[in-house]
Amino acid sequence: MASSANKAAWAMTAPGVIFFAALLGAPMIMTFLLSLHAYDFNAGVLPDWTLANYADVLGDSYFHKIFLRTFGLAALVTVICVLIGAPEAYVLSRLQNPWKSIFLLVVLGPLLISVVVRTLGWALFFGGNGILTMVAQGLGFSDEPVSLMFTFTGMTIALVHVLVPFMVISVWASLQKIDPQSEDAAWTLGASKLTVLRRITLPQAMPGILSGSIIVFALTASAFATPAIIGGRRMKVVATAAYDEYLSTLNWPLGATIAVLLLVANVVIIVSYNKLVERRFAKVFE
Amino acid sequence: MQRLGPIALIFHALFVAFIMAPLLMVIAVSFTDKGYLSLPTDGLSLRWFYAILDNPDFISAFWVSVWLGLLSASIAVAMAVPAALAMARRKFPGRDAISAFLLSPLMIPHLVLGVAFLQFYSKIGMGGSFAGLTAAHVVLVMPYALRLALASATGLPQDAEQAAMTLGASKFTVFRRITLPLILPGVAGGWILSFITSFDELTMSVFVASPATQTLPVRMYHHIAQTIDPLIASVSTVLIVLTFLLMLVLDRLYGLDKIFVGKG
Repeated sequence: MASSANKAAWAMTAPGVIFFAALLGAPMIMTFLLSLHAYDFNAGVLPDWTLANYADVLGDSYFHKIFLRTFGLAALVTVICVLIGAPEAYVLSRLQNPWKSIFLLVVLGPLLISVVVRTLGWALFFGGNGILTMVAQGLGFSDEPVSLMFTFTGMTIALVHVLVPFMVISVWASLQKIDPQSEDAAWTLGASKLTVLRRITLPQAMPGILSGSIIVFALTASAFATPAIIGGRRMKVVATAAYDEYLSTLNWPLGATIAVLLLVANVVIIVSYNKLVERRFAKVFE
Repeated sequence: MQRLGPIALIFHALFVAFIMAPLLMVIAVSFTDKGYLSLPTDGLSLRWFYAILDNPDFISAFWVSVWLGLLSASIAVAMAVPAALAMARRKFPGRDAISAFLLSPLMIPHLVLGVAFLQFYSKIGMGGSFAGLTAAHVVLVMPYALRLALASATGLPQDAEQAAMTLGASKFTVFRRITLPLILPGVAGGWILSFITSFDELTMSVFVASPATQTLPVRMYHHIAQTIDPLIASVSTVLIVLTFLLMLVLDRLYGLDKIFVGKG
């Protein structure tokens, strides 16, 4: 039975829910339906239902390569972000104020600056007449211009830069919850620095490392701006491939199929990873 | 607590250098006096900042982004605040589902939102319109507005509101004079974060915007796809400075670390 209090609560959420149903629900369902139609270059979108697009994408070695590259890139970026982001979060948590607040601002601030601007910075480094070439030539490594534009390495470096603040903040959040006395206790009992780090600090930072990983992985897998600018047409990832299907080839149904697959992969990975993490670390999250 | 050793401090310095490097690079290049990309080795020049004024498309794109951010952040906050108050205070049937629905854009890649809106708007004849772009941005920023409003409404003591009601204040007066001031820091933080998210968004907008409604990131992206020159560096420098100022406000108002925990 709907009490008047429940009705009031529903009424308060209604504007958002109705807005979302019309402007998120409807477009998403339409995109899914579009992916179930074939496309003909003369006739446009054909009326009959088919799974041909899914068969095309899942059976084509060209798309295999793009999906593999995307998820390989996401895995690599995630690992590097763990390796440099987690230690940085640890260092940040040990700094004294005011340094702590200042460097927290320095590390997190770039999240608010447009990805286009941050990627542009790397493009300036990587371009054929950029700093990289000057350094390499100055040190005598190479007489040719050195360029990381349109390379996997270049994309990796730029994406690590774009996403590592998410790792730092998420590890930072779990380090904040640690009782410093647990480390002091370990020292008092004669544990070495390394043992304390390995047996006390790291296990307690683990939930942050795991939730940071899932954020970084998901955002890398669906990243568009950085791969488009640094990777270009030569290093396509899923997002840039879908962009080309929509705006260059104009094969919308195929683009919709790629988008649906990206969404499904993203949701499956996030949800299953969350389940896993929650089960393993149920105690830590309480 | 153990003090940090030299290795940790060297690591920290390298990390900060890595974070700052591309931004400093953009800023340095924007001050070049040459007509091409180079570091300002023979002196600083503001010529590329004056050049922005000769490129009205960047300026109009800037204003599109400002209006878009103001409108979408305000609409999202207006819908998020009542929803957050309902969700934070009552356990009603469907609450968790509604919360998951309103936060779901966080899980959807912007590319997917972009293609979905592209098709939807061209079907209903709103392709490339500013209203359509605004609505799309409202969907995009709603989770940020909602999360910060929820955080400040949760656990909010109700005695002041009850006192006001006992004294005969109307529901709206209670909301305006008591509830809203109490949750204002979170709501304002959510508004600014929504504004910045909308202002910076590229991936979705690139599908939704038409040449007439190009946002600044979309304009910049198309420029970079054609050519990378000192002009785009000076535009970026202006953006970096503006973002930095907003960031200071946000940090004062709410604390940057609190805002980003769980963003993604």
